[in-house]
Amino acid sequence: MNVLQALNGSLHACMAESEQVYFLGEDILEPYGGAFKVAQGLSTTYPGRVITTPVSEAGIVGLGVGMALRGLKAVVEIMFGDFIALAADQIINHAAKLRWVSGEKVRVPLVIRTPMGGGRGYGPTHSQTLEKHFLGVPGLRVLAVTALDDPGGVLKSAILEDDDPVLFIEHKLLYAKPVISLVESSEFSLQRSGERYPVYHLTIAGSPPPMLTITAYGYMAELARQAVQRLAFEHEIFADLVIPTQLSPFSLDPLLESLAKTGRLLTLEEGSHTHGWGAEVLAHAVETHGPRLQAKRLAARDMPIPASGPLEKSVIPDVEGVIRAAREMIS
Amino acid sequence: MTVRPSPDDVELYRQMLRIRRFEEKVLSSFSSGIFYGTTHTYIGQEADAVGVLACREEGDIVVSNHRCHGHFLAYGGSMHALAAELMGRATGVTGGRGGSQHVQWEDFYANGILGGTIPLAVGMALAEKVQHSRRIVFAFMGDGTLGEGVVYESLNMASLWSVPILFVLENNRYAQTTPVQLHLAGEIADRFEAFSIPVAEADTVDVIEIHALANKSAASVRAGEGPRALVLHTYRYGPHSKGDDTRDPEEILRYKKRDPLPLQGDRLDPDLRQRVEKEVEAEVAEAFQRAQDDPLADPASLTSPLDIAP
Ligand SMILES: Cc1ncc(C[n+]2csc(CCOP(=O)(O)OP(=O)(O)O)c2C)c(N)n1
Ligand SMILES: [Mg+2]
Repeated sequence: MNVLQALNGSLHACMAESEQVYFLGEDILEPYGGAFKVAQGLSTTYPGRVITTPVSEAGIVGLGVGMALRGLKAVVEIMFGDFIALAADQIINHAAKLRWVSGEKVRVPLVIRTPMGGGRGYGPTHSQTLEKHFLGVPGLRVLAVTALDDPGGVLKSAILEDDDPVLFIEHKLLYAKPVISLVESSEFSLQRSGERYPVYHLTIAGSPPPMLTITAYGYMAELARQAVQRLAFEHEIFADLVIPTQLSPFSLDPLLESLAKTGRLLTLEEGSHTHGWGAEVLAHAVETHGPRLQAKRLAARDMPIPASGPLEKSVIPDVEGVIRAAREMIS
Repeated sequence: MTVRPSPDDVELYRQMLRIRRFEEKVLSSFSSGIFYGTTHTYIGQEADAVGVLACREEGDIVVSNHRCHGHFLAYGGSMHALAAELMGRATGVTGGRGGSQHVQWEDFYANGILGGTIPLAVGMALAEKVQHSRRIVFAFMGDGTLGEGVVYESLNMASLWSVPILFVLENNRYAQTTPVQLHLAGEIADRFEAFSIPVAEADTVDVIEIHALANKSAASVRAGEGPRALVLHTYRYGPHSKGDDTRDPEEILRYKKRDPLPLQGDRLDPDLRQRVEKEVEAEVAEAFQRAQDDPLADPASLTSPLDIAP
């Protein structure tokens, strides 16, 4: 099973389990099933609760808020993550405000799903990693799914068990990745903590004590996993990899625990370098571990994502870059 | 300096054929892996761009969208540079930065965010107005783009401030896979008229008819009479992007029977027509070959998008 199938299966399961779940998005009807096919089969199975919409990102997110306020659970698909910018007002000034302003009297059980990320040559407005602009918005939860363990389960928790607005980040390159189950992997030991939205802690099975802590989320967690493997087998550098599912609100105790052992932190993200997720991770790490900490952030260069292959590749972080950075930190 | 197509019969045909053959080559070459990203071809809609932009005068501005190849070629953009852009070459229109949807050259601007281009088109028109130039703006958008709220904010301001802009609404009856009946309430023309923007409307693929309509609207805009809208009902023959076509094949065939190219081609002297066709085929072949021989874009060419120092 790949991530796409896991997410699609989860949407089917949620719609089967609760009549309150409605699904809205552009071009989501069969036989198309959405630009990335995550909605495949929904419109024919649940025709009354799947609504194909005009090209109105602000409008459909706002409608989702309204439906959530009146007892439904709306799932809104934004075709490309870049278009989330059009819905920013509805998310920040409406969805994220209602619970607090009402003194907890109203809740907004809304999930906005969207694929971020580059690697496919789509150019500056179809390749971005924009979630960093939504981190730290009080009242909004931001999740990023990975290929580990149970991506469908994370989506299901967001839809059925969470009464607050969730921005659910997928990555275009994750869809085709096979889901890696916790038990299957013989090379890694994988631990899961957290309740609805797990934090994964991954080490090379049977390795000596870790020298470095790497943290990454989403598709970058997949690159980090490959880097951790190669660092161990090719360079005898042993790293802990900590992967959060929930990016905001910030809570990452397993990372801080790992840092107590390693004293070295490498953050990896696909968003642009400055003012990013890594900066927040680093701030927490420094507040906890102070001057003993050695740290580095890896991220996309501070520029738009170019379309041409060689240009795009030079802007977005890759496995080689992670390995290089880790080796520099250890030497 | 751009060369604008002179609107005689042969030239109108040549410009449409350039777009048709270019786009056919794009679609047929995609699977060979020479391009980066995706593409949205203009096959079937050629008469819109060519008929409208034949009214363009030196210095006029064109604001385009994701489906920009036809607009760009009709504007006078280089076919070779467009092919090179799709292939991520250093010689591409933007040197490989923008790709298929983000073409910027001279007074031509395209962007992949639907609707977002419309306010900036109105802003450019306002700038031309207050600076007393005679330039006007041509702003293209599709039926699906009428879903975006910012379009209506822009129509309101364009009319309120009487700016020199011609909105060109290409209704190809689909937004990606969604037929217009599933994404649009009411009439398209009414949307412009609600803001007192006069509309000319045609359901035709006749480039001469479109050109005549556009000429009249553009003349009013240029005369300082405020914004105008052109609603052109058309059809695209290719998929939305590469392979994503969920439309009824019979419907496609029906529209293919009213093809803008033979309609115009049949008006030409057969020998002349044949010569034009040969020339265009050679031009397309040469543009792609040259682009393919060009070097890939070099990461060293990337600059910071802003000066960092305060
Ligand atoms: C803001 C935004 N939302 C969604 C998309 C994805 N998208 C690209 S083209 C398209 C359909 C556009 O339809 P229309 O405006 O009729 O233009 P056409 O493709 O038919 O030329 C969609 C939904 C986008 N590029 N930008
Ligand atoms: Mg359309």
